Amino acid sequence: MDAALDSAVSIAFHGLAFAMVLYIVSVGLSITMGLMGFVNLAHGAFAAVGGYVAITLMNQAQVPFPLSLLAAAMVGGVLGMVLERTLYRQLYGSTELNQVLFTIGLIFIATAAARWIWGPLSQPLRPPSYLQGEFDLWFRSFPAYRSFLIVAGAVLVTLLWLGLERTRFGAQVRAAVDNRRMAQSVGINTSRLFTLTFALGSALAALGGALGADILALDPDYALEHLVYFLIVVAVGGLGSIKGPFIAALALGTADIGFKYLLPQFGAFFIYAMTLAVLLWRPHGLFGRAR
Amino acid sequence: MTAVTEVSAPPAIRELSRRHRLRIAELLPWLIAVACFFVFPDYLALGTQILISTLFALSLDLILGYGGVVTLGQAAFFGVGAYTAGILAVHGWTEPLTGLVAAGLVAAVLGMVTGVILLRTEGLTLLMLTLVVAAMIAEGANKAGAWTGGADGLQGITISPILGLFRFDLFRRTSYVYALVVLFLAWIAVRAIVHSPFGRSLTGIRENVTRMHAIGSPVLGRLVTAYAIAGALSGVAGALLAQTEQFVSLEVLSFGRSGTVVIMLILGGAGRLYGAFVGVPLYMLAQDQLAEQFPIYWSSGIGFLLIAVALGARGGVLDLWDGAVKRLRRR
Repeated sequence: MDAALDSAVSIAFHGLAFAMVLYIVSVGLSITMGLMGFVNLAHGAFAAVGGYVAITLMNQAQVPFPLSLLAAAMVGGVLGMVLERTLYRQLYGSTELNQVLFTIGLIFIATAAARWIWGPLSQPLRPPSYLQGEFDLWFRSFPAYRSFLIVAGAVLVTLLWLGLERTRFGAQVRAAVDNRRMAQSVGINTSRLFTLTFALGSALAALGGALGADILALDPDYALEHLVYFLIVVAVGGLGSIKGPFIAALALGTADIGFKYLLPQFGAFFIYAMTLAVLLWRPHGLFGRAR
Repeated sequence: MTAVTEVSAPPAIRELSRRHRLRIAELLPWLIAVACFFVFPDYLALGTQILISTLFALSLDLILGYGGVVTLGQAAFFGVGAYTAGILAVHGWTEPLTGLVAAGLVAAVLGMVTGVILLRTEGLTLLMLTLVVAAMIAEGANKAGAWTGGADGLQGITISPILGLFRFDLFRRTSYVYALVVLFLAWIAVRAIVHSPFGRSLTGIRENVTRMHAIGSPVLGRLVTAYAIAGALSGVAGALLAQTEQFVSLEVLSFGRSGTVVIMLILGGAGRLYGAFVGVPLYMLAQDQLAEQFPIYWSSGIGFLLIAVALGARGGVLDLWDGAVKRLRRR
């Protein structure tokens, strides 16, 4: 019995940590897809950029961990802003096919650049000494870094939620997701809103890529390799929502760890089956709306 | 009252009644393909790959270009066809032509079953569902190692000579001609389909599904039929790969393969029947050349090409060509 409880706690713990990483990376994708209807398959590339920036700063320049995270988020955000202003916005009214073509092209370039600069091997994240080892809770001990991931994720979720529900910017985003034309006609500068949300989403992805390099291994094929999971989180959660992807990430994270732990002979099979079932039951995701 | 001296249909109708007729230019790909057989005897392995991918992209054009179904999971059919032909051959059914037919049938059944479920949705949901179904099948094949060989790939495929006459040779001469003949037959079939009333109704569904519902067109049935036919042809393409390579790896079911075929088709131009014949050779030759010269960062070259097409030539290379021809004529 104790063993069963122990595995359950273990699955819940690691599942939660994985879910946080998935959420931080994917939430920006959900918002930008809901807001602009843009199929941005290259979202994972921003996460990879963040991961590479943070790890390079830490390993080569001995920059402290928190500063590296901040730098990663900023690089991701600025890169997102520049690309949105120059390239992405030209394809807002275009077909899904063109958007797919364009974003896969970006992935190819990002992959080649990563392989050229950092080589084909995956880059290890070495957490600072105060986040290494085990963290003792009263009934058992947990890996410190994963515990930190869970706490950091929870803080970010709260901040995002407050930002979207309580600020003027958040209200504008919600208005534009609901009805873009109406938002435009009441005087919201949707063009600027798009740029800012895109930059924010990219910054979050970069932060998630840096934080989660321990779980989602950072190699040149990162953007393509993990794309399916990011898309599942967004599609199951529902476009344009920040609550939906969180629930979806929790379910996906724990289910993924659980199935791989308990039924390794089936791999990710059940994850896909569950996604299929949810999308057939609710085609617009758990918290999405028909548009 | 003036006498009518000449009865002529309006230009639009004349254009419509002629569109199914064979034009000389349509024979060009076949002439080039046959010429390549004699001119580049050392490159027939790559040539066979290009022909197989062209068939794959052609099948995708039917459902994506004409039906308007944006799918990122067409590799499911390609892979299922490849594994069907491969597993049959490993278990003693080495006759290639019946192997192709069997692969096509299995893929068609898969298309029908999944199509009935998936094609009720649309947009991003549909895109995700096609992707997830393909991922599910890939994971299933990965874990069913007893049948598929899992991550090691399916080995030990032997294929009998075609019709008992043409042995598969090291120089890939047989493979090339075999793939070319199958592609030619598939092209005749797809060409007939897209010019038939059924094909026209597919275009109608792509352009305005609401109107098609309103005039009483059985939209779901039409889409499922097209999905199954496209699946069958993709399965045949996969089977061709399995038989000519005599090896099947999990890559045939991968997301990469689904994505690449979409890219190759859009590069050429989707929904125009010949997008596959332009996009696939262009992409694969570029990839071959770039990978040879820049083994590490060749993919960035492809990436820039894709972005340029997405931003500058939204209907693909064939659309650019049309535009250029039109401009010349106006002068």
